[in-house]
Amino acid sequence: MKTSIMRGLLAGVATFVMPFAAGATDLEVTHWWTSGGEANAVQELAKAFESTTGHHWVDGAIAGSGNTARPVIISRIIGGDPMAATQLNHGKQAQELIEAGLMLDLTDIAEEGKWAEIVQPKSLLDACTVDGKVYCVPLNIHSIQWMWTSNAAFEKAGIDPVNNWEELKAAAPKLREAGILPLAMGEQGWQEAYLVHNLLSGTSEDLYYAVYRDKDEDALNSDGVKAVFNELAAAREMSAGGNVQDWNLATAKVINGEAAAQVMGDWAQGEFALAGKKAGQDYNCLIAMGGEPSIATGGDAFYFPLNKDPEITAAQKDLAKVLISPESQVAFNLKKGSLPVRGDVDLAAAGPCMQKGLETLAAGKVITGTDQLITPDAVGQIQDLMAEFFGSDMTPEDAHAAFVEIILNDE
Amino acid sequence: MVDISQTYSASRRLDGAAGARPKRRISASRIMTYGILCVICFYYILPLWVMMMTSLKGMPEVRMGNIFAPPVEITFEPWVKAWSQACTGLNCDGLSRGFWNSVKITIPSVLISIVVASVNGYALVNWKFKGSEIFFGILLFGAFIPYQVMIYPIVIILREIGLMGDVWGLVLVHTIFGMPILTLLFRNYFASLPEELFKAARVDGAGFWGIFFQVLVPMSLPIFTVAMILQVTGIWNDFLFGVIYTKPEAYPMTVQLNNIVNSVQGVKEYNVNMAATLITGLVPLTIYLLSGKLFVRGIAAGAVKG
Amino acid sequence: MSVIDPVAPRAAGRPKKLIANPMAKIAALPMIMTALVIFIGCSVWTVVHSFTKSKLLPSSQFVGFDQYERLWSTRRWLASVENIAIYGLVALVFSLVVGFVIAVLLDQKVRAEGAFRTIILFPYSLSFIVTGLVWQWILNPDFGIQYIVRGWGFENFTFDPLHNPDTVLAALLMAGLWQGTGLVAVILLAALRGVDEDIWKASRVDGVPAWKTYIWVVIPILRPAFVTATVLIATGIVKLYDLVVALTNGGPGIASEMPAKYVYDAMFGKQNLGQGFAASTMMLLSVLLILIPWAIFEFRGKKRG
Repeated sequence: MKTSIMRGLLAGVATFVMPFAAGATDLEVTHWWTSGGEANAVQELAKAFESTTGHHWVDGAIAGSGNTARPVIISRIIGGDPMAATQLNHGKQAQELIEAGLMLDLTDIAEEGKWAEIVQPKSLLDACTVDGKVYCVPLNIHSIQWMWTSNAAFEKAGIDPVNNWEELKAAAPKLREAGILPLAMGEQGWQEAYLVHNLLSGTSEDLYYAVYRDKDEDALNSDGVKAVFNELAAAREMSAGGNVQDWNLATAKVINGEAAAQVMGDWAQGEFALAGKKAGQDYNCLIAMGGEPSIATGGDAFYFPLNKDPEITAAQKDLAKVLISPESQVAFNLKKGSLPVRGDVDLAAAGPCMQKGLETLAAGKVITGTDQLITPDAVGQIQDLMAEFFGSDMTPEDAHAAFVEIILNDE
Repeated sequence: MVDISQTYSASRRLDGAAGARPKRRISASRIMTYGILCVICFYYILPLWVMMMTSLKGMPEVRMGNIFAPPVEITFEPWVKAWSQACTGLNCDGLSRGFWNSVKITIPSVLISIVVASVNGYALVNWKFKGSEIFFGILLFGAFIPYQVMIYPIVIILREIGLMGDVWGLVLVHTIFGMPILTLLFRNYFASLPEELFKAARVDGAGFWGIFFQVLVPMSLPIFTVAMILQVTGIWNDFLFGVIYTKPEAYPMTVQLNNIVNSVQGVKEYNVNMAATLITGLVPLTIYLLSGKLFVRGIAAGAVKG
Repeated sequence: MSVIDPVAPRAAGRPKKLIANPMAKIAALPMIMTALVIFIGCSVWTVVHSFTKSKLLPSSQFVGFDQYERLWSTRRWLASVENIAIYGLVALVFSLVVGFVIAVLLDQKVRAEGAFRTIILFPYSLSFIVTGLVWQWILNPDFGIQYIVRGWGFENFTFDPLHNPDTVLAALLMAGLWQGTGLVAVILLAALRGVDEDIWKASRVDGVPAWKTYIWVVIPILRPAFVTATVLIATGIVKLYDLVVALTNGGPGIASEMPAKYVYDAMFGKQNLGQGFAASTMMLLSVLLILIPWAIFEFRGKKRG
């Protein structure tokens, strides 16, 4: 009873406050957020959408990361019977679909909603923009430059918790002696590739851009890049014997104190929270792996495949407005553990790790994510290379040479 | 090449084992036979055992425990959860959500693919026309094409004939991909039937369909059983086609199974995963058990003759 | 083509007018359409697009043999080819040998044959999405076989095939054979039931040992069944994907990558359709390279005979 009154009130307020089109439409939304925390976050979006617009959110979740969902999404779009909205990583992934004219142009509502002013950092909106037109709604920012460390593990080894990558390397022998794995690393290319990106951006922002954006041959062959591959060899050494595949199982090792550290994106904090661990007390989150703080702006975005039905088109635009509204941004990102795409919302409820991210974001210390600089093809090849490197005794020199080859051949 | 009359007469003893030596006594070789069979069964049962046991344990027990040990405290909660509570995205009604969809997809797909393939086999054996063998050769080649390659071309074909996103489009896809092996089985089976039957029916003036329905089909129960089992297993377990060529409201059970199992964040509920797999496998398994000897007989006739 | 082509000798005896029957052609239309439009059409489409720069969507921007050059200089592809060659050969031989042995054992008038048959067949009915997980557990050193055997007092026992590049294919084989051998065994068992009783009587009279009779007399008679089984196994090997993803995901490193996985990842992960098409063209080509000589051999052999 109470809830229905609340819902009625909310709906009433919404109709006054927001000038949404009347009439209920079913909107099918595809995404790959299926785990507990993720599903809760999506629930916020669905609730906000249904209560403010009166439309109906038809959920089309497909688990198993983008590799499972993407063929489904793309097949449906080119099959001429698309879903109404779909999650995709922003960046170069959807560009061809946009160029083929299969995606809905959101420029009018973007201008109306002044997205150009509210979206922070601006590069997120740029990633959605093709030829001056906006085609997607950035939803959140996920950063990958984090190192998570376990205080219990260091205590067991009788040493102070480390503050950065160099200290971790120095502490590795002692950790090993105490039977602790210095670095937990899931044996999957994408996890290992994050380390490449992080070590590069950690060396210097200029080097990072020279490699990924400018694809500069001299920079690629510089000592800085070569040094990164020696660091990778050190990481291989430190993670040897971990024998885990999934990233969350690697995180579990840090949570249990079996491993000292893991390099993983900000979503790892959800695992710590689920296990009832407290930041600072049980574990530490080191942004930029303990170096100069910066945040790479990767993340998720929603795209809206073009639909012939004008009612659906109107509802799609309603959804786009809801997604970027301050209320949804706060509700969604708090549940998801990611950062909001607008700087004008209050996230006081965020945990200490998220606060660090917010501060870095507010200070404007952002770098463009690799997804927006190189093609998915190159990203995938780097992942393959890293899988091979970490799974064999390949020399850093060979890996470096292969890396240079991949970047230079990326168009 | 097996003499047809000989193999046909041999099918009479399909119901009973004959083997090398029909002596019945407990000997060393007898013990060895059972010994080896038991070892082999152990290998086959071990994973099933682990799945069963895990699906009956609570999560704390799964986490600490020996995967081979039976549960200390039996709980059916994982089964209940897998069937009716596990979430996929926003829908928290477990596998039950997709069960009827799977039934709705499987029944027409199995029926139509079997009808088409049996007619193919019949035409190939009894009504050979110029080039029929070549088409059959191409069909067999098709059995080796990786499915992934066909996804986009089929999307385009379905779009052009207006079946994209429709359950009937999916039925068509299953019919196409089941055709090579099924046609092979039916063709071999029909070829093993005595030709006199066919000739006699011709003399009686029966036509193409008349002979098929009145003479061949009634004799072909075993091979239809085999075809049904292969198709039910394949279509019921299909994930890729089901998720690509239909919409969320028509997604088969395997989509929920995948969503339950492949959610990457949070604690993996192994017990629910195992229960979900077992539940999904129940339908093909039941059909195996029910069909029993017919299956072996059908396989014998369809795969073996020639 | 004894299995594939059991009809040829009989067709000659058929009245000519039947050949012209239009109904048969109409009835065979679905097959003809499938063969031409789907299998030939899509294969040609794939081959043509393997020469293009197709990325996320198929394009018609031709780039010659670029995709092939890249393919054959990619270590992951080379490893995949090597892996499938090893896996394929061993899986084929093992499936046939083990399947045959099981079939022979079951044909010894064993009690509860139905139960045995069901047990070896049931893995075929389960989806690999989760059975891969079970095998991961069983092979995992921390709670699988190694853990159990050490618990029995063999402290130095080591069994960790999944995390060793040299043995990971053996782990794949363990799970792959578990799923596929049952069907092979049942096919061969069925075929054994078709072997004439007189053969056994004759060999007993001559005093030939049973194993010799099996190898020299029975196996040649079962040839057609072996061919069917081989076709089933081979199609499974070429398409090997689910099992690898569920069990090892290609790892450790790239030690268990397979061609079908390369195709899938190139097309949908890397969004490089051209590369995926080039890889699948190579797969199609190798299937043809094996099938055509075999077909010619079979066909000629029959005509002479």
